[in-house]
Amino acid sequence: MEKLPVFGISPDKFKPLPAGIKETIKSTRQGETYWQDARRRLKQNKLAMLGLYTIIFIILLAIFGPVFSPYSYSDQFLDKQGLGPCKEFWFGTDTLGRDLFVRVLYGARISLAVGFVASLINLTVGVIYGGIAGLAGGKVDNIMMRIVDIFYSIPLILYVILLMVLIGPGLKSIFIALGLVYWMDMARIVRAQVLSLKEQEFVMAARVLGADSKRILFRHLIPNCIGPIIITISMNIPMAIFTEAFLSFLGLGVAVPMASWGVLASDALPAIRSYPHILFFPAMAISITMLAFNFLGDGLRDALDPRLRK
Amino acid sequence: MNREEILVEVSHLKKYFASRPGFFRKRQTVVKAVDDVSFQIHRGETLGLVGESGCGKTTVGRTIIRLYPATAGKIVYAGLDITNFTEKQMFPLRKKIQMIFQDPYASLNARMTVGDIIGEPLDIHGIAAGRQRKEMIMELLNKVGLSPEHASRYPHEFSGGQRQRIGIARAMAVEPEFIICDEPLSALDVSIQAQVVNLLEDLQSKLGLTYLFIAHDLSMVKHISNRIGVMYLGKLVELASSNDLYQNPLHPYTRALLSAIPVPDPDTADQKQRIILEGDVPSPINPPEGCRFRTRCRHARTGCGESTPEMKEVEPGHFVACYLAHDGYSG
Ligand SMILES: Nc1ncnc2c1ncn2[C@@H]1O[C@H](COP(=O)(O)OP(=O)(O)OP(=O)(O)O)[C@@H](O)[C@H]1O
Ligand SMILES: [Mg+2]
Repeated sequence: MEKLPVFGISPDKFKPLPAGIKETIKSTRQGETYWQDARRRLKQNKLAMLGLYTIIFIILLAIFGPVFSPYSYSDQFLDKQGLGPCKEFWFGTDTLGRDLFVRVLYGARISLAVGFVASLINLTVGVIYGGIAGLAGGKVDNIMMRIVDIFYSIPLILYVILLMVLIGPGLKSIFIALGLVYWMDMARIVRAQVLSLKEQEFVMAARVLGADSKRILFRHLIPNCIGPIIITISMNIPMAIFTEAFLSFLGLGVAVPMASWGVLASDALPAIRSYPHILFFPAMAISITMLAFNFLGDGLRDALDPRLRK
Repeated sequence: MNREEILVEVSHLKKYFASRPGFFRKRQTVVKAVDDVSFQIHRGETLGLVGESGCGKTTVGRTIIRLYPATAGKIVYAGLDITNFTEKQMFPLRKKIQMIFQDPYASLNARMTVGDIIGEPLDIHGIAAGRQRKEMIMELLNKVGLSPEHASRYPHEFSGGQRQRIGIARAMAVEPEFIICDEPLSALDVSIQAQVVNLLEDLQSKLGLTYLFIAHDLSMVKHISNRIGVMYLGKLVELASSNDLYQNPLHPYTRALLSAIPVPDPDTADQKQRIILEGDVPSPINPPEGCRFRTRCRHARTGCGESTPEMKEVEPGHFVACYLAHDGYSG
């Protein structure tokens, strides 16, 4: 049979490859890694990227903003009380004549510190607790998760009030209260992941090789939970930030003259009729931060967990 | 090498999985995944284990290697009764007994590089570190037909066959003497299957390995196995040398399995009668009384339902658990 030219190229243009080369070509197939794939999907999500840039912007402002500001958060200008936004004071001043802009920036620092503490507790206590419960399974798992259920059923506000009495108001009791609460979601999620992952063959393989539980947990199981872990953190950070603002607003959190967003909003209330801008700016800061984290969180969830996409 | 030396002896092995009673189901159900299975594996041989999906092959393998605790029975490895060994007691044996898994996609940790996957056994058993570890990884990659630069890649960059080679390299890293191959071919293309079989045979002849080779159809195990065991619903129904099993299958189930293998020659294919099994495999929660195969057996008689046929040596080295075969198909 005569050989037909393929797409107008005559067959004698083709030469067989030496055997070695063929194998290399086959093996250099470079798939997208999980992370490359996730990053690409995240970049396609406009809202998530907007959220990410906003968060970066807020972090930079919180760190460097107060350094460049001529005022400190407690400086009072008694002749300039309740000023509206102007060139000198971008966000105006409050009823005591303090620059609102620098106070909102300080509030961002507190909010970010709260978010940082929440994610730290998530990552350590939550991940390890959930991992151990899932890996151990059976009775141990049952007891550990019932403990979580009990903690879960106690309202946060109760912890806070108890801590107020014991330690007194302030950032410290807020951190402790958050610490008591913000690991449980993570523990539940990691446990569920680990329960299903540990039946997989790569974990069996590790056990057949003689790996101990610690190795299996930290080398095999937790690294394979990274997606859900990141998603949970990105959802928990804004919740923690909001909780702090809310508690401070109620007067159960950071005390004056420190300026958390919640404190700023609560301070603005008595004079809300005459100086509405004093409430507006901290409220705006809270809203923007919440939105940014939620956009990013949603985007991360879609990017890291392809099954959840519609 | 002494062919007669028994390396692994499994006697009356049972593995039941109990499902906990649920909210609606008050009664506890028990899956009899492996129910009274006995066989021996000689040093240096390959014992094939075949049977339909769900008949308990994987469970046999995982119970032998102590991934599952046995419900009853005994597992003796090289004269050591390992049935109730603790994880600590098992540790030295982890270097001797290894496993190759069914699913090349699930059996490699996606978050580790190939080098770390193959290097893990070296770390766990303190076999090598630093430069020596690196060299050993390269050597292992070489042994299974991959190249050294693959060590820094992640598993997803490889094809199924290549991944199975990585799994083999990982098992070989501890220089085991006995390897349980749990359907290592079933997820691969036919062309790749041959390559992997050749690799396994190669390693066996070079290193004198002993294999328990699990597969779900007979055609695949035929030329790699010295002897073959056929499982049905948690029980071993026939055990013979591969030739005997092919030339003279005695259990009706084995006959049905053999008749399902396609024959390349159309003339013999015409003569060959396909035995088509009727009905589904009964549930291992509620297996039939007596002989488990009787619900699908063309030769079933009244006696088959009364008691469970034992494995009997009807010819030298040829065991079968079927009343008809015990009687020589006369009755
Ligand atoms: N961990 C487990 N818990 C409960 N039941 C199980 C478990 N593992 C296996 N089984 C049940 O035991 C029976 C035998 O399963 P097994 O995986 O050993 O079959 P197999 O012969 O390897 O099948 P396949 O060819 O599909 O791999 C099945 O009915 C299965 O549902
Ligand atoms: Mg199986």
